Amino acid sequence: MAYIAKRLLFSALILVGVSFITFALLYLLPADPVRQIAGRSATAQTVENIRHQLGLDQPFFVQYARYFWSLVQGDLGRSYVQRAEVSSLIAARLPASLLLMAAGIVVELVFGLTLGIVAALRRGTATDQALMITSFTAVSAPQFVVGLLLLYVFAVELGWFPIGGYGTFAHLVLPAVTLGVLGMGWYSRMMRSSMIEVLRQDYIRTARAKGLPRLTIFVRHAMPNAILPIIAMIGIDIGLFMSGIVVVESVFGWPGIGQLAWQAIQRVDIPIIMGVTLVSACAIVLGNLLADLVTPLIDPRIKLRD
Amino acid sequence: MPPALVAEGLTLTVGRERPRQLVSGLSFALAKGETLCLAGESGSGKSLTALAVMGLLPRAVRVTGGRITLGDTELTGLPEAAMRPIRGDRVAMIFQEPMTSLNPVLTIGRQLTEAIRAHRPVGRAEARRAAIAALDAVRIPEAARRLEQHPHELSGGMRQRVMIAMALALRPDVLIADEPTTALDVTVQREVLALLADLKDEIGMGLVLITHDMGVVAEVADRVLVMRAGRQVEEGPVAEIFARPAADYTRALLAAVPRMGTAARADAPKRRPVLAATDLCVRYDLDSGVMGMGSRRRVFAVEGVSFEVGERETLSLVGESGCGKSTIARALAGLVPYSGDIVVDGRNAANLDRAGTMALRRDVQMIFQDPFASLDPRMKVGDLVAEPLTIHALGSRAERRERVADLFARVGLSPDQMDRYPHEFSGGQRQRICIARALALRPKLIVADESVSALDVSVQARVLELLKELQEAFGIAYLFISHDMAVVDQISDRVAVMRLGQIVEMGTAAQVFDDPRHSYTRRLIEAVPIPDPSRRTFTGARLAGEIASPVRARHDPPPRLLLRNVGGGHWVAEESEAMAAA
Repeated sequence: MAYIAKRLLFSALILVGVSFITFALLYLLPADPVRQIAGRSATAQTVENIRHQLGLDQPFFVQYARYFWSLVQGDLGRSYVQRAEVSSLIAARLPASLLLMAAGIVVELVFGLTLGIVAALRRGTATDQALMITSFTAVSAPQFVVGLLLLYVFAVELGWFPIGGYGTFAHLVLPAVTLGVLGMGWYSRMMRSSMIEVLRQDYIRTARAKGLPRLTIFVRHAMPNAILPIIAMIGIDIGLFMSGIVVVESVFGWPGIGQLAWQAIQRVDIPIIMGVTLVSACAIVLGNLLADLVTPLIDPRIKLRD
Repeated sequence: MPPALVAEGLTLTVGRERPRQLVSGLSFALAKGETLCLAGESGSGKSLTALAVMGLLPRAVRVTGGRITLGDTELTGLPEAAMRPIRGDRVAMIFQEPMTSLNPVLTIGRQLTEAIRAHRPVGRAEARRAAIAALDAVRIPEAARRLEQHPHELSGGMRQRVMIAMALALRPDVLIADEPTTALDVTVQREVLALLADLKDEIGMGLVLITHDMGVVAEVADRVLVMRAGRQVEEGPVAEIFARPAADYTRALLAAVPRMGTAARADAPKRRPVLAATDLCVRYDLDSGVMGMGSRRRVFAVEGVSFEVGERETLSLVGESGCGKSTIARALAGLVPYSGDIVVDGRNAANLDRAGTMALRRDVQMIFQDPFASLDPRMKVGDLVAEPLTIHALGSRAERRERVADLFARVGLSPDQMDRYPHEFSGGQRQRICIARALALRPKLIVADESVSALDVSVQARVLELLKELQEAFGIAYLFISHDMAVVDQISDRVAVMRLGQIVEMGTAAQVFDDPRHSYTRRLIEAVPIPDPSRRTFTGARLAGEIASPVRARHDPPPRLLLRNVGGGHWVAEESEAMAAA
């Protein structure tokens, strides 16, 4: 318990750091939100007034302190462009993104691990090579290309799935696959090398010497050991997902925070960009925390230290 | 009675396009209740023979001739489906590395019961009872509690017992033990070998013991099969082989075995100290705690150790794993922080500036245990040997090359091998390269940390010989660190015996080995297998408790041992009653 408290404290510190860095970066950005709000035709006086009204003429640390204080109260600020609370904008779109991410994780794990295991068991054969070429392609293909390709083949030509939008399971399939393809490539390669490594360990030889059936050796002895490095990877992976989500949601018109972020970037809607960045940072920190908490359940050598 | 296991003309071949025989025409027969030792140096094919019996050969290796018969079943050519039920039931195997041979993520209980349930139609509860019985049989205390533990919670010796329990739970006809004690400390080795002998008699199984250690062979074998490069050199009763070896190779092998008490003892003259360590302590905290605070456990790896090494002198540090001997080497090399004084040739390592430290480093060089891991595989060996010269900016390129060529000749290599890479050399040659590298800076002291432990005995003998020659030629002092009492006896002028970070006894080799005063020293010496079957010392399985640990509460350093001079520079730690009993 003390360990978890400690980890949570560290996580909070990381988030404070993230809030500071994002704030500083956007502060230094040449884009001026006041110009955007005021419009092209506004006079210098109007611009100054708005600037003052928003507190953007204050020194950097005063601005940050104000930002941080409202952050603590759960207020992510107001979008000048959309004229709405950032927190409610994000809250409205978060479920869709979480659904997409969950589906993406399922896709990448189910396909990635399966491919990796099959390749490891058939290593050196044509099957292995074919699978590894597939995974290499998956790793190298940009997500928007994969997305558009899937859209063209399965939605436009074959008509199996809707072209875009949100609502039914059919809507979910193509975006989830697009999001998961990259991870599938990574995980299959990782799983393959991890599994090959584990299969040549002494304890596998011991298990064989005991006369255990192949399947038992594989499921009970090899799998838990081979999966350990993967779990740590999933935690990190959630960060990768956040960038993937921006692309995928835009391609498929998926109403999640990725799309929100994309629109905000185009309009230099700084409060939204900062809000989304913070939410993704939370997701990454949480993902890593989860991975660290799950690992000791499988590997008894790693203890939660208090 | 028919033999339990028979091999007739067994031939193992690797590769298909360019086949190469790894084992050729090997034959032996093992009766029930008998111990057959397969003895030989690395690459002799002894482990492959064992794997062939188990049907666990690596994919690339095939049985291309002869046959193996277990009881009335011919094993060679048996399909996997028929072999699997035999494996672990009628023939079982234990391996060299107890640290890696158990699955780290499964409990001991799980690993034991699955072995039982793979061959017997029993329920969980019954398998559990059988597992407890098996642990009891290998004399593991608190067997029921061990079932819930994971391998990392047990010491190496305990893990090897678990392996034995697992292998013997189903009372196999034949047990193959592949170097079962090589990774263990001598006192533990003794217990494990005695245990194997006991259980063999109890179950009435045949035991095939694979070992490179002729001492172990002499202690436990009924019959010996000496192998070399995949061929049978000779086979016979153990007394026969040791007393009247027929083959030249066997004679050479036996001659190379280091024996205790055979070294010529000379009185050590008092020498000018090259190295003086005073009150050396190395401690480190186990868990980092929150930002370095709150750590509660501390390893007292080295605790108040003082010794001197004189010019042209060899001082050996001996002791079992975890006694702190290698930590001392690392402190001397400046690799771990320490407290106390290390004085090399009159200069205290602690109060030197950068240039002084560089100069000191030049005077103290190291040779490590593993000649495979301590040479960068991507560098030419000539460059590896020249590297210390380059680092210390000594000589021009041509001069350096000349010096390296000279060093190569010195250590018994040819200068035209300088442009080759480490993988082109054998283990012994690589250790010679490491020695040449250590010599490059003309050091005053060489710290040799288990430098011959990984080598075959014949190679080991030659490397030890080389070290002695170099000492004569260059007047180097050696700090020789080893767990192998017989080797230490061969090479040392003086010996310090360490236990739990402290010296328990120190003196000349003659004082320590011929007249050991401390109970721990005596126990260590008694545990060393004697390569003479007529002087067997192994009797019944004695079980020492768990080995004491140098890990203690942070503010609770172990009590300092007081060394008392019992005459002629022979120092012995005072023993309390409790310690003598431990």
